[in-house]
Amino acid sequence: MRTRALELSVGLFILAGIAALLLLALRVSGLTLGGQDNTYTLYANFDNVAGLTTRGKVTMAGVTVGKVQKITLDHDSFMGRVELAIDKQVDNLPTDTTASIVTAGLLGEKYISLSVGGEDDVLAHNDEIYDTQSSLVLEELIGKFLMNSVNTND
Amino acid sequence: MAKHSALERLQLLGRAGIDVIGAMGRSGITLMHVLFGRRGAGTGWHLLVRQLYFVGVLSLAIIVVSGLFIGMVLALQGYTILVDFGSEQAVGQMVALTLLRELGPVVTALLFAGRAGSALTAEIGNMKSTEQLSSLEMIGVDPLKYIIAPRLWAGFISMPLLSAIFTVVGIWGGAMVAVDWLGVYEGSYWGNMIASVDFHKDVINGMIKSVVFAFVVTWIAVFQGYDCVPNSEGISRATTRTVVYASLAVLGLDFVLTALMFGDF
Repeated sequence: MRTRALELSVGLFILAGIAALLLLALRVSGLTLGGQDNTYTLYANFDNVAGLTTRGKVTMAGVTVGKVQKITLDHDSFMGRVELAIDKQVDNLPTDTTASIVTAGLLGEKYISLSVGGEDDVLAHNDEIYDTQSSLVLEELIGKFLMNSVNTND
Repeated sequence: MAKHSALERLQLLGRAGIDVIGAMGRSGITLMHVLFGRRGAGTGWHLLVRQLYFVGVLSLAIIVVSGLFIGMVLALQGYTILVDFGSEQAVGQMVALTLLRELGPVVTALLFAGRAGSALTAEIGNMKSTEQLSSLEMIGVDPLKYIIAPRLWAGFISMPLLSAIFTVVGIWGGAMVAVDWLGVYEGSYWGNMIASVDFHKDVINGMIKSVVFAFVVTWIAVFQGYDCVPNSEGISRATTRTVVYASLAVLGLDFVLTALMFGDF
């Protein structure tokens, strides 16, 4: 009986360890067992992607619908090219959807917010979002504000 | 200290160097024998299960309690700093990343060295000083197989599991403090955590660290016991050395591994 209790407790220990690992994988890191199947890719070119990072979220009406996959510089147009991974469930985005880079809070993280357009055609895998709004750079805003105040003093 | 001539000092230095290199060589040979030696009499699962109980199950209490409190303290400290910047939602990702990348593997390894490593060294050292190891050899059982191998494997297996349990309990403790007590919105605690934790970069790398630490700590503990001077002073010295060497090795290796994993070069 002594050995049985000992072996049972060891079995429980190993189970608890494996359960903890699974919990870390699925609940903490958000790993999905289905692999890459449940997203599709969209591209968007921005004049300025300052502050946006990979794995940043993509939201629509405040709900997270995907994440930023990759950020590169477009070779010809010198714009920031952002690759977005969007949930397969959101497959009805119109072709004139707007993507804008916004900030959570005053100094928080940058993320992409999508707002729907009115077209009947929908975006498919590897399509591009043409209507984009760049991230707001605080220094530029302050610069503009200073220029204006100098001009009004004249 | 007695006066030495310059030549004698040089000789002492040489002797110390030879001792260190000899110990490293012996520990390597012991490890190779244990891991790759021929399976003979006196090996079996029941020995491993027994050691898993002593090394793993009995360490659970200290791991769970320290994990809980470390997670709670992280959440509390993180909250008081982050709330000044209005970004207390990030406390979840801070707690999770700190535990997964650093504190989970490192603190588990340090606690493991203190709780299980010292016990392994003392047990094996005592067996050596009471000549149980020699008696085993006399009756034809290889002590490396019968005594050392199950303890080594038990350490390798149980420490990554303990580290995973530590991390989960810590994240849960952090959630308890941040969400239930300090009133961080539950959705942003878990949501920010899931958004910022990457399975390969954070979870797998943390587990790799923990496997490496398990290897190093158990190896040091077992070898110090097997190689100790077989008297009571020798055992006490070996036990101290186990805790000191294992802790230093873990902290040093942690820097190297972190640099390799997250250093971007």
